[in-house]
Amino acid sequence: MTVHWTRKDLLGLRELSAEEITLVLETADAFKQVGTREVKKVPALQGKTLINLFIEPSTRTRTSFELAAKRLSADIVNITAAASSLTKGETLKDTAKVLEANHADLIVLRHSSAGAAQFLSTRVRASVINAGDGAHEHPTQGLLDLYTIREKKGAVAGLHVAIIGDILFSRVARSNIFALLKMGARVTLVGPSTLVPREFEQLGAKISHQLDEVLPSADVVNLLRIQHERQRKEYFPGLGEYIRFFGLTKSRAKLLKPDCLIMHPGPINRGVEIDSDLADGPQSVIFDQVTNGLAIRMAVLYLCGGIVTR
Amino acid sequence: MTTLIRNGRIIDPVNGRDEIADLLIVDGRIAPLDQRSTINHQLDEIDAANLIVSPGLIDIHVHLREPGFGWKETIGSGARAAAAGGFTTVVCMPNTSPVADSPSTIAWIKDRAAEVAGIHVLPAGAISKNLAGEELAPIGSLAQAGVVAITDDGHCIQNNELMRRAVEYARMFDLPVLDHCQDYNLVGNGVAHEGYWSTLLGLPGWPGAGEEAIVARNILLAELCDHRIHCQHISAAGSVRLLREARARGLKISGEVCPHHIALTDAAIENFDTDYKMNPPLRTQRDVDALLEGIADGTLDILASDHAPHAKFEKEVEFDAAPFGIVGLETELGLFLDLLVHRHKTVDLPRLIALFTVNPARLLGLESGTLSLGAPADITLIDPALEWTVDVGTFASASRNTPFDSWRLKGRAVRTIVGGKTVWAL
Amino acid sequence: MKKDQPPNETRSVRIFDAEALRRALRRIAHEIIERNRHLDGLVLAGIPARGVALAQRLAADIEAIEKVRVATGVIDVSMHRDDLRQRATLPVVRASELPLPLGERTVVIVDDVLFTGRTCRAALDAIGSFGRPASIQFAVLIDRGHRELPIRPDYVGKNLPTSRIERVRVRLQETDREPDAVWLEKSDETPQALSS
Repeated sequence: MTVHWTRKDLLGLRELSAEEITLVLETADAFKQVGTREVKKVPALQGKTLINLFIEPSTRTRTSFELAAKRLSADIVNITAAASSLTKGETLKDTAKVLEANHADLIVLRHSSAGAAQFLSTRVRASVINAGDGAHEHPTQGLLDLYTIREKKGAVAGLHVAIIGDILFSRVARSNIFALLKMGARVTLVGPSTLVPREFEQLGAKISHQLDEVLPSADVVNLLRIQHERQRKEYFPGLGEYIRFFGLTKSRAKLLKPDCLIMHPGPINRGVEIDSDLADGPQSVIFDQVTNGLAIRMAVLYLCGGIVTR
Repeated sequence: MTTLIRNGRIIDPVNGRDEIADLLIVDGRIAPLDQRSTINHQLDEIDAANLIVSPGLIDIHVHLREPGFGWKETIGSGARAAAAGGFTTVVCMPNTSPVADSPSTIAWIKDRAAEVAGIHVLPAGAISKNLAGEELAPIGSLAQAGVVAITDDGHCIQNNELMRRAVEYARMFDLPVLDHCQDYNLVGNGVAHEGYWSTLLGLPGWPGAGEEAIVARNILLAELCDHRIHCQHISAAGSVRLLREARARGLKISGEVCPHHIALTDAAIENFDTDYKMNPPLRTQRDVDALLEGIADGTLDILASDHAPHAKFEKEVEFDAAPFGIVGLETELGLFLDLLVHRHKTVDLPRLIALFTVNPARLLGLESGTLSLGAPADITLIDPALEWTVDVGTFASASRNTPFDSWRLKGRAVRTIVGGKTVWAL
Repeated sequence: MKKDQPPNETRSVRIFDAEALRRALRRIAHEIIERNRHLDGLVLAGIPARGVALAQRLAADIEAIEKVRVATGVIDVSMHRDDLRQRATLPVVRASELPLPLGERTVVIVDDVLFTGRTCRAALDAIGSFGRPASIQFAVLIDRGHRELPIRPDYVGKNLPTSRIERVRVRLQETDREPDAVWLEKSDETPQALSS
């Protein structure tokens, strides 16, 4: 039975069924192919207006969404935190209503508060795509990670995926956990106990604080960025100690299966969460992730932007 | 003026009274029934058949928002909400603008209340100047101006030395110290109980230990200073355990419970609805069970609403950005009757009424909270079996921020009498 | 109920059975061979889902006749359609596959039913995004009329005059798990809801 896309919004991966996730991945297959054409643009969203509303700074995700929208022939406007009226005290709701009054059809929202995309989705008719809300979800990142794993490994079910680093504050980790478990993978979260609290076991993932014990059985390692500059200092003693216990160094990488994929959502702190040479090595699929991100975002914009909404 | 309340079930915990009888009010005070024969003027009669005649209910924890935040609530609208909830006395918190940390602000609140409230609005003064937790407010002058307690509610003094001196100093004026228990370092920017749901939703966690640490601190200071400290809106299981042990040792420490902390758990935040955002946050079923146990065994002996009105535009924002709290005065009695008496059978009606009357009156040193002869005729008539549906559209409060709209509840106040006069009736 | 009646309640007339369908394709294969002297430059590009199956069959027919295996491809038109907003459900998009470069080639678009011509227009756009073929031709199993665009097929299995409210139902073993057949059905549905 073919599943049809019926969602106006993409808010998170927790609410999607495995069939819906598969539909997005298969749709992305079609759009990935568009990137190889002489004319890398299709008219699917011609005449639709997309607003990139980025209340929290981001270059990669915003650029990816912008390119995706352009390849679908949508008109696009970028609004960043500094330029928005939110700095003048306007509420998110009012900002959204203004965008809607300007006939926005899709709003891609990046925001520092968990739940911001859901908040918006119930207050505007436009489709809302969550491009990261606080530590909650980053569904298109989760989907592109899944897509990359599926592309390189053939399937996701049965694989062992280790997600390493700052899990507590990571929306990428949450979206990955929800989607990977739904698609039948095993997930182990690795990092300092302060950043990988035990509550995550209740989400269905395993927890480890011994990286060396996890690496040999991993089919995929997904390294998250350590944002030491933004974090409160009490979470771990410093980068030196972090690297000593959780950095993917060259010597640690020898523990990996030869076909284990190395992933990173970027931007990379070379020499912190991953050794610089490994990031560029044969096991790294970091730049495939970027390419696939474009296909995933085209698919998501096509699906959410194409459905008939009233 | 004379009123006779007929055939009600009179429950007066102070006097251990629970019987069907008539109650006579003469000149705003409770009078002996035999005084009836001496009355030759018009006698008002109120039929209280099947109703409970309770001492007027007291809520020691409400935010009336005036001065300064009149768009959320005013002393007038808040007092009307209180009367509609069955309350004859409320204690209003000092986090107004300006903060109630000076005799002049206290005087303004009292004047305003006398003018518009119709019920007893008793101000609490600040512990620290501007609620900043740095230096003591003029507690003695506040006492003279008529505050019934001091508190930095909404804030919590982190400096244990300052808190110790505040408690010691307040003892001189016999003012109880009410404390919002929150360790700032442990709580950080937490907005939801730290546990499964905060982890799942990526919301900053507010661990139970953030409350328990300050409850423990307060227990130590109550013992050190030998003076009353009352812990507001207890939400965590560990706090109940700490209080139980301390009260068993006879310390002057107490705790209160708000309806939302036993009616709901943190699972309610799943959709990021800010009407479920409170401080302290909704916690787990384990915590709810501990609170119910604490009420049952007398560890937690006061009920309060933490009535916290906010305008729709203030609550209709991102979860992180929304202010904490919900309105509570008009749902409080209904929820507690429904949950504590009918559903969980935690307490019987006389115990429930004690939690709303004599217990807070004793903490604050009020002469109300009883139907003793000569006491002020502050009376609440309650229909414990009346089934009703919460409808925010009918609220007297100026704000509507409640998660309980459309809830079916069993039991509510049907008439509120202050000084012998009916100020509200269903 | 007769054995060859389709499993629904609408009144249906069978236009092709398996044998007639096979013969119609065989004839189209011959016509394609006649018109295109350089079969090695030919691409039979089907529109999902039945067009893809028909293109495969035509390639097999041509191979049987001429012993030359011609290239086949897939043109997904979903993302090129101009009626996305009018459709109740979103078409499932599939990846297009065409041998590249297209410059020296002749692409034959293959579809099951030609109706308004809008699918063909979308297919022309899709092909254009891959490059500029030497020429493009168009083969359909059934041409049912009612064109809304100036589009004309080069190869037709059968011209079938229809009214707008009728529905042409093509069934192929590969895509439908049913015996090959074409039905003309009376339908009460509105014309917009009809499939091609």
